[in-house]
Formats: sequence, C-alpha cells, structure tokens
Amino acid sequence: MDLYEHQARELFEEHGILVPRAEVTDSAKQARESARRLGGRVVVKAQVKTGGRGKAGGVKLAADPAAAELAARQILGMDIKGHRVGKVMLAQPVDIATEFYVSYVLDRAAGRFLAIASAEGGMEIEEVAASRPEAVARVHIDPAEGVTSAKAGEIAEAAGLPPQTVDVLVRLWEVLVREDAVLVEVNPLVRTKQGQILALDGKVTLDDNAAFRQARWSTEGEAHDDPLEAAAAAKGLNYVKLDGEVGIIGNGAGLVMSTLDVVAGCGARPANFLDIGGGASAQIMADGLSVILSDPAVKSVFVNVFGGITACDAVADGIVQALDTVRLTKPLVVRLDGNNAARGRAILDAHAHPLVQQATTMDGAARQAAQLATSA
Amino acid sequence: MAIYLTKESKVLVQGMTGGEGMKHTRRMLAAGTNVVGGVNPRKAGRTVDFDERAVPVFGTVGEGIAQTGADVSVVFVPPAFAKAAVIEAADAGIGLAVVITEGIPVHDSVALTTYAQDQGTRVIGPNCPGLITPGQSNAGIIPADITKPGRIGLVSKSGTLTYQLMYELRDIGFSTCVGIGGDPVIGTTHIDCLAAFQDDPDTELIVLIGEIGGDAEERAAAYIRDHVTKPVVGYIAGFTAPEGKTMGHAGAIVSGSSGTATAKKQALEAAGVRVGSTPTETARLVLARLEEQR
Repeated sequence: MDLYEHQARELFEEHGILVPRAEVTDSAKQARESARRLGGRVVVKAQVKTGGRGKAGGVKLAADPAAAELAARQILGMDIKGHRVGKVMLAQPVDIATEFYVSYVLDRAAGRFLAIASAEGGMEIEEVAASRPEAVARVHIDPAEGVTSAKAGEIAEAAGLPPQTVDVLVRLWEVLVREDAVLVEVNPLVRTKQGQILALDGKVTLDDNAAFRQARWSTEGEAHDDPLEAAAAAKGLNYVKLDGEVGIIGNGAGLVMSTLDVVAGCGARPANFLDIGGGASAQIMADGLSVILSDPAVKSVFVNVFGGITACDAVADGIVQALDTVRLTKPLVVRLDGNNAARGRAILDAHAHPLVQQATTMDGAARQAAQLATSA
Repeated sequence: MAIYLTKESKVLVQGMTGGEGMKHTRRMLAAGTNVVGGVNPRKAGRTVDFDERAVPVFGTVGEGIAQTGADVSVVFVPPAFAKAAVIEAADAGIGLAVVITEGIPVHDSVALTTYAQDQGTRVIGPNCPGLITPGQSNAGIIPADITKPGRIGLVSKSGTLTYQLMYELRDIGFSTCVGIGGDPVIGTTHIDCLAAFQDDPDTELIVLIGEIGGDAEERAAAYIRDHVTKPVVGYIAGFTAPEGKTMGHAGAIVSGSSGTATAKKQALEAAGVRVGSTPTETARLVLARLEEQR
C-alpha cells in the first residue's frame, strides 16, 4: 500500500527526520486557517498517490492565507491521472540550497534492499541514472546488519552527500524496517540555506503482507474508486476491473492472467481479473458471478478452471449451486480441465442451463466467449 | 535422476499438525513421498496416523534430522512464524526448505533467504506450490495425479499454469516440476533451476513459465543464451494484465527493465527460446521440439 505524502511526512517526523511544518485538510476554508497558523506564505500540495502532480497543476505557492484558500479550492476535487484530489497539504516554504535523492528499495534480483542515493536530487532520478549513472550510488544492505552509521557513511560518501545526511540515512532505514515498508524515498532531501537537512517530499510503500503486525495503517484500507471493485473487496474477492466486455473467472493468478491474454488474442477485451483461488467453492463462485453480472459492460462470462487439488466434479457442483442463487443474465462459457474433467462436464450437461455452454479447451472457450461478447 | 527431489529424499513437514499441513501431508504420502516426520514443539513425541502410516512429531527440526536423517523440510507454518521456522531448519542443517506459506512479509523473506543461503540451505519459495518429481516424491501442494514421469523439466512462478502444462503434456511426462513462487523475493530462481536441469541427464527439454513483474525472465534469457544447450520452451502470462503497483522511481532503476510481458517474451526469443502465446500452443511447441530431437 502506498502512503500519501502527508502520511510519509508524519512517519519521517516520528523517526526524527526533519520535515517542513505542515497541515492537511479537505476544505479550502480550513486551508486558509492552516496557512495563517503556518505563517501566511505556504505551498499547497495535492495529496494523490501518483507522480506528476506538479505538471498537472496540483502544487501551488500561495503568498498569503487568502491565496492559500483559493489555491486549495482549485486543487481539491482536481483529477490527476485518474486520481481525485480529496486532501491538500499546506507546508511552510523552504529556502533550498542543495537538493539530494535518497531511497531504500527492494532489489528483487539480489533478494536484498538497496540504498540509492545521489547528490543530484529534485528531478527525475531515472533520467540522472540513465544519462549519468556515475552520479547515482547503489549500495546493498545486509539484512542482518541493517544501516549502521558506518554503512550510512559509506552510502553518503559513494553518492557525494554531505556528512550531515548520515543521520537521516540511518533514521530512514529505521522507518523502512519498523514500518515494514518495501520502499522509502525522499526526493528531494534538501540542505536549506540555514544548513539544515530536511525531507521535502517523500514516498513510502508499505508491505501488505505485514498488515498483521502493523495495525496502524491497515485499518485505513485502500479506497476503491470503482464501485464493482468495492463490492468485490467487501466479499473478499481478488478482483480488478478492466475496460472490456468478457467477464473472467479463474483459479490461480497465473492462469487468470493467461486467460486475459487468450481472450485478448481472440479479439475481445477482458472485463476484469478475478482469481477465485484453489478451492472454487459454490459460495465464492456465486459471489464472483454476481459481481461480474452486475457490470453493465459485460456481454459474456468465461469461467476457466483447472481442477488440481479441487477436482472438476467438485467445481462443477459449485457452479450448479451458484446458478441456483444467482440469476444468470448473460451467456456463460465454462472450461473445466484437469482431474475428473469428464465427470465435471457431465454434471454441467445434466444441469442443462440454457445460457451455459462448455468448451473442452482454454483456447476454444476463449473464442466462444469472445464471439458471444462481440456479437451481442 | 531429477533435480532437488528424488525417492531417496526424506521429508519433514514443519506445521504438519495444522489443517493445511495435515491435508497435504496425506496427499504427499499418497504420491509416494517419504515423509519421515512432522515438527511441532507443542506436540512432540506424538504420532499422527495417515491411513496406513504413522508419522512421528518432533519438537525441533534438529531432533527430526537426528532421528530420521531427513534432508528436506516442507514449511506450512503461518506467515508470522515462517522466518523462525526456516532459520531453525537452516541451523539444523537441512539441505532443502520448501516454503509453501503465503503472505510472508518481505523483510522476513529477505532475512530468511539470506540466512539460509549463508548456511548452505536451498530455499524454494516462499509462496510457492513446491516441487514434484513424478513417480518418486512430491514436496508441497502440486497435484500428483495429473501427469507422469518423463523427460521434461519445468520451472514456473505460477501454480495453476504449472498444473495446466503438466496436464497438457501428461503423455510425455516430467523429470521434475518446480514452482518457484511469484513473490518479489524467492530463494530458488529460474536460473538455479535452468542450471540444475541442464546438468540433469533425465531432462531432455526445459519449460520455463514466467509472468509480469521484476526482471527474472530477462536474466533467465541471458543465462540460457550463455549456458543452456538443451532446448527451452517458454510461456509468459500477463500481456493484458493491468499495470500493478510500481515501486516508485527506484523500481525501474533496480530492474533495468519495464517488467512487461512483451519485454520478457522478446528477451527469451532473442536467446533462442520458443515462446507460446497460450498454454496450449506452448504444449504444442514442446511436442514439435521433441519431434525435431529425434
């Protein structure tokens, strides 16, 4: 889960990293009050979990509280790359002398965390890394040792950062470990004209797998902009809404991704990703079907199940029971393969639902579902 | 032969007495796996009856190894305890730890894989279906009865896609199938398995299944180009999948690749790997390649 900038700022502050004074609000009127408390002149920043908000007009400098209210009014409700701005952060402006870049990120290939640091912060770090790779230092972190002062010194020296950043590097590692983050990034980390080292903007991505031991953020949950995704999440389904017309149900993330590809290869567009897992019980099948059938864009549904641990006859029983509780309004193509496939198909044949048809192969079933969707 | 797991392997199950542990220990035994014990400090000294076989429960992995000579552990313990379980197994000197547990925090995965590597313990997973050498042994949750022994080696990030290919190619059969898991941090990689299959006299052809995210497939492609002389057939899932969570600016720098399915397919094809557009077509490519070998 990505945190908002103001949440990242709060975490940095709690771990003793200097940040600009700031307040957060969802109201333009409150923004005026906040600006007054912060000394009048403030930066008004849209709180969205996406990059490029500056270019989109989501960051404005306001000279006084009245200007802050106006800026907040313009920014609140704005759409930035599909994200609606619900809150703004008002922060005291900072006199920047130098900008740096620091982050800790998971290096999947090495199976370790990697410190990335550069004395050339503030801009797109990818561009710096591409054009002048020598300006970006990368240092792997031993998980048993973590970032000690000595290690932080090594990172700072490799990147050409001033010695005052060593303390920030140590504390930032504490943020990563204590909060179970998979990414902490400060861009820019600045030295002010007064000589302070300050985290001006930050990004923190938390590990969803660690929610069981990090109660603080898990209660907030991820907001689902899409009503179908919200309905699916309420039922505990692993569902992602897409832009197409063929509803997809399958078991196992890899097989479902593969199903989307095969449907797309048949000239139709998948309407969703839905992984019902290994069990494929009647209840979860019914829940999945009801979410997909409530999507007005869906013209046909493709159920693609491989019977491994749960054999196909059990899956077929689940589908039949689900059809008793959910009124089928669109054609359903079922492909059962694997253990007891013949028995599973016989169960569905015996049920003889007029809107259900079967296919013996995944590719054939995808073609049928695509044809039904595009001719509907 | 086969890789990593044979009928000689003596298997301990950490978390055997839990629901999933019981269910899959029964299945492993039915597939011929030599399960020599379970591990649970609170149930040490008891035995658990699985149909005709009574399996002893040990208090620690070390005790299990001392009593039985076990060399493989299959880990079913909950996410919060998985790190400790693998460290215990590595400390006890187990050769192979197969971590089925799903949902282990990344920091724990980093710690347990690094620790095990330093101790000389191979970790497969976490969040994986395990591995099977058909007709010999099954360590994990892969259904054993959908295929038969044969000459194809398979390595995959995805569980159900593994099963799909095992089933489509059941008439040819498999030497070993390894589900390495799709988590960001895993112990055994595509490359490790490619190297092992290359050296395995029973493996004639290798199937590599990948999916979007990271750059493991690109690195595997480079390895194949330089080190693998056996034919490799590939499949990549996720061409139309929505863009997942990015790891901020830093992610793209680390991997040096976009992690898209297209990039992976192109990298594999450039290394001489034939890549199927569907699982079924992939199976056909395998059959065609085996024909050419004759």
